[in-house]
Amino acid sequence: MQIYLPIADLPVNVFLVLGMGLAVGYISGMFGIGGGFLMTPLLIFIGISPAVAVATVSSHIAASSFTGAISYWRKRALDIALALMLLSAGIVGTAIGVWLFTELRALDQLDLMIGLSYVTLLTVVGATMIYESWRAIMRTRHGMPATLRRPGSHTWFHGLPFKLRFKRSKIYVSAIPVWAIGLVIGFLGAIMGIGGGFLLVPMLIYLLRVPTATVIGTSMVLTLVTMASATVMHAATNHLVDAVLALILMVGGVIGAQFGARTGQKMRGERLRLLLGLLVFAVGCRFAYELVVKPDDLYSLRYVRSE
Amino acid sequence: MRRLAQLLVLTLLVSGAEPAAAERLVVSLSNHRVAVTSNFVGEELVLFGTIEPEPTTSALRPPYDLVVTVTGPRQTIRTRRKQRIVGIWVNADSREFVRVPAYLAVLSNRPVNDIANPDMLRRLQIGLDNFLLPQRIGSDVADTVRDDPFRRAFVRLQTQQGLYRESATAVTFLTPTVFRAAVPMPAAVPTGSYGIEVELFTRGALVARTNSALDVIKTGFEQYVADAARDYGLLYGMATALMALLIGWIASLVFARD
Repeated sequence: MQIYLPIADLPVNVFLVLGMGLAVGYISGMFGIGGGFLMTPLLIFIGISPAVAVATVSSHIAASSFTGAISYWRKRALDIALALMLLSAGIVGTAIGVWLFTELRALDQLDLMIGLSYVTLLTVVGATMIYESWRAIMRTRHGMPATLRRPGSHTWFHGLPFKLRFKRSKIYVSAIPVWAIGLVIGFLGAIMGIGGGFLLVPMLIYLLRVPTATVIGTSMVLTLVTMASATVMHAATNHLVDAVLALILMVGGVIGAQFGARTGQKMRGERLRLLLGLLVFAVGCRFAYELVVKPDDLYSLRYVRSE
Repeated sequence: MRRLAQLLVLTLLVSGAEPAAAERLVVSLSNHRVAVTSNFVGEELVLFGTIEPEPTTSALRPPYDLVVTVTGPRQTIRTRRKQRIVGIWVNADSREFVRVPAYLAVLSNRPVNDIANPDMLRRLQIGLDNFLLPQRIGSDVADTVRDDPFRRAFVRLQTQQGLYRESATAVTFLTPTVFRAAVPMPAAVPTGSYGIEVELFTRGALVARTNSALDVIKTGFEQYVADAARDYGLLYGMATALMALLIGWIASLVFARD
């Protein structure tokens, strides 16, 4: 069944888009990531212009992370204090990011910058996660505890001042690294047009030692707020959010996210991290491939304006 | 009186530059308004027409050739070329095509190169090779030679999307003086005003021309959404964000049962 999209200006197959929403929603519910780094390329692939795709995906992510956050909230697997703390820094980071985005755009090499940062971030983060979770799985195989939580295994920033206790996550850390992480996520999110969940999850796990169980729900709250505000900002400035496309994606996305959240909670932490690491790494390689291999068509068109 | 005489001479001169008016074209389009609705998947318009003798000169001179050129709303589009720099493929070079039609169809009864000589085709801008596609080169805006790699890539990419086309079979003569032209409107057709230019040739000479127009418009719900997005961006964005929250909430209610 074809339906015409009023902003994207082209007809799409409803069931295809619904299926895409479902699949990406499942992954996002399972890992607590927005899935923007998966959905945006998919939409561009079916012919939607990159600008409309980026703007519309933000609303889809908002919907699936909201439903995910509610279900983690019910299971008490969400640290609202930590989320609020990250959020306050995230907003500042986003503002800096938006400013730099405009500056870089003037230099006309923004596409390359985005491509290179995608490749670097995704492959490095992916590889690190694969390595770490594989070691954890191997340890459990040999009858040892999966996570090494030795009393003395504190890193340097555990000595920083302004310590806060996050009860739900069972951590006691300085506010400075929490704030720094929020800032970095907000900044990268604005620059790369992503929610940043795939970066936030490993950062919380490895840097702050937040247990995997509460990481996902917390990450979803952050994704929800940034993506909902991104939707409003995109709509107000570029007028490129396609509500019809968003609606179809959302319906698929929320259903997928519900099932994904269930699978995610049943799975063991290190397995989940290994899978997410593999996914992130694979997408990073895909971007690298695109940059390195000679494209089929050297030419491409970009719509500038109507006269 | 003298001024009137001058005007008369001028008018005669101008009309003298026009094709020898022995024939007259009468055309009718099946639909002047293409409505883009939620189930729009493209449409084919039909242009019917006849070749009539002018009342003063009764002679018709078949066989005739007919070219229909349909041009969509004007857009500025950038064509970019990738190049390998330190092992990475990047958009290294680009050209801006200024105020070119978003849709361009050249429909004829046989290949345009057989209809008239290259000079005349060039002058009348008939055929994708001859249509004026101005590029911004430095501070200048000019069309290039037809073999220019950027121009060829631009036409090729637009053709791949079904937005540009040249068809030597789209015009059919039902009788030597009655013709029909099929104008394809692909699903991704841009909205706006379209111009239709009809040119009649016989033995390589232009003998008559006429034009028509059509509009591609969004209607109903599509129009409503597009207008809202453009005129009330902030409200529209907040409504979309609220819709996201609502759908997320409903889903969690539905799935909370078990």
